[in-house]
Amino acid sequence: MSQPLLQVKDLKVHFPAHRGSWVRPQGFVRAVDGVSFTIAPGETVGLVGESGCGKTTLGRAVVRLVEPTAGRIEFEGEDLAQLKGPELRARRRKFQMVFQDPYGSLNPRARVGDIIGAALDIHRLAPSAAARRQRVESLLQDVGLDASHARRFPHEFSGGQRQRIGIARALAVEPKLIVCDEPVSALDVSVQAQIVNLLRDLQQEHGIAYLFVAHDLAVVRHLSHRILVMYLGRIVEAGEAKTTCRSPKHPYTQALISAVPVVDPDSKRRRIMLAGDVPSPIHPPGGCPFHPRCPVAEARCQTEAPALREIEPGHQVACHAAQC
Amino acid sequence: MALTERNEANREPQGKDGWPPFAAIKIVMSLLEIRNLQIDFGRGPNALRAVDGVSLSLEPGKTLCLVGESGSGKSVTALSIARLMASPPAVYAGGEILLEGHDVLKMKAAPLRNIRGGVVSYVFQEPGASLNPVYRIGSQIKEALQLHRPEAATDAEVVRLLKLVGIPAPELRIRNYPHELSGGMQQRVMLGMALAPHPKLLVADEPTTALDVTIQAQIIELLGELQRQFGMAILLITHNLGLVGDVADEVAVMYAGQIVETAPARELLKRPLHPYTQALLHSVPSLDTEVDRLATIPGAVPRLGGFPGGCRFHPRCPRAQPECTQLAPALIEVEPRRWVRCPWWNPSAWNA
Repeated sequence: MSQPLLQVKDLKVHFPAHRGSWVRPQGFVRAVDGVSFTIAPGETVGLVGESGCGKTTLGRAVVRLVEPTAGRIEFEGEDLAQLKGPELRARRRKFQMVFQDPYGSLNPRARVGDIIGAALDIHRLAPSAAARRQRVESLLQDVGLDASHARRFPHEFSGGQRQRIGIARALAVEPKLIVCDEPVSALDVSVQAQIVNLLRDLQQEHGIAYLFVAHDLAVVRHLSHRILVMYLGRIVEAGEAKTTCRSPKHPYTQALISAVPVVDPDSKRRRIMLAGDVPSPIHPPGGCPFHPRCPVAEARCQTEAPALREIEPGHQVACHAAQC
Repeated sequence: MALTERNEANREPQGKDGWPPFAAIKIVMSLLEIRNLQIDFGRGPNALRAVDGVSLSLEPGKTLCLVGESGSGKSVTALSIARLMASPPAVYAGGEILLEGHDVLKMKAAPLRNIRGGVVSYVFQEPGASLNPVYRIGSQIKEALQLHRPEAATDAEVVRLLKLVGIPAPELRIRNYPHELSGGMQQRVMLGMALAPHPKLLVADEPTTALDVTIQAQIIELLGELQRQFGMAILLITHNLGLVGDVADEVAVMYAGQIVETAPARELLKRPLHPYTQALLHSVPSLDTEVDRLATIPGAVPRLGGFPGGCRFHPRCPRAQPECTQLAPALIEVEPRRWVRCPWWNPSAWNA
């Protein structure tokens, strides 16, 4: 296998849980608790899980928007977790982020041309004002907008168009990795497909790798080469997208897939009901964190946490019961 | 029955819009019948029509899904059933909403208060925003009981309701504040509160959109179970076509303030007739099928006030003809129980 673009090793992000702002922490929210994975150049890795499982924190930690507590984030062989200040800023050219909320992630008082141009200014990628304008216009066209839109303000655009602006901003510095945090979940169904197709076209054109964070398994399955399933800060299953969705091995993945509503009225899919909610990440259950909701839990699941192990080439599962 | 006669007497000659969509099957009296409903925002020349001639009917114990994207008018339609759209800014410009034969739009304050909760109950998208953060959940449910079933306003009844909607240890939970519960549990509390007065119609406006898929599956399952137990009718508002297949008997698809297609759920999903419904179904990625590119609908949902002339879908429609830009199509029955607002299915279907 070629050199991975991104290699995350045993990453942990813990937040102190306060009861008041000045009291000492009562414990820690283990949002990300020992996660390892790799992303190859030009690959899309989907990250799925319920809300509160730590998928957004993991995505943000990868681009150093939250401070990792422990672990390594190796980007092209260099550990990002140790970088600071100007060095980190220089590396940010290689990795960008597209956010969930197309309304909150664009400055309402800046023109679209300046929102995208700011990325060029920070990294000094535009030698002249004319070059900057030209680059902004070509970026707008790349994401399916009109060059004349550069003079407008964000409020003049629909949600889907705004998400295109967010993507153009991320593309401006020609990154090798884009972390997409639920980029389509705030959009209408009919517009969602446009953005999904755009992301895929851009990948084929520019060879960008994506870490695609989403809760919609169908969208993730459609875009991703590989899928990581997260539960309470840990990866419980990792594998090739199609095989994982066709024959999930972890009981949590099985339940997650069976819960996706099916449009086809003749579908024979049987639904596995999960009882209860995701437990609190401050006091995660002992043993396997999934055992209180697991339909196949045994006695040892309560005491012994299963390790992520490979059950077939390229397919890892953290479950005592999983077999290939 | 007197009410049925009243209904018959009220029946106007068949309008050009061909109301109501389910007239052919209307043998039993409908629990809810919306006829040619028109709702504006603002008055005079600046009025924006958010709901334009919507007709729906729902029978006791059945589930009707109202599907549409944001800005299609589905929530405004749903809220108006108990006249919950504040007026102003909303103006009920025309049509009638018959709930058990009584027109909600003409009701005085007292009977209106009775039907709100008593006949029709609501569950909304954001359970956290619907619950009062400063009262314990037990007292919030008890309030609903005091209004509509004062004889049953006891802790025991509240506990029974919470148990019914699947809340573990309800005796302890009634002392909780909303923020102490998860989103799924909050939605169960909302359901318990909605069911407390034994409504005949439950309007669920995107009840699971804010929830995870696993919790969504729990809530949808619970809705079905409660419906079987109480025989209430459900009007489910959603943009998720996947839910339609799971729960609906009938489906109405809305676009830009109008209904563009109504059909029995199964048939609509198997063979959608309106180009919008077709495109919507194709643009949803599926877990089971392999496609290289998702089908898309070009453009965006038009904003209120910016609805295009002619057929409102024509700028995004793959089948648009020159006439579609000029003439508005009517909603007509092209097959038994299947109503479509598209001249493709019947070239004479233009609104004059």
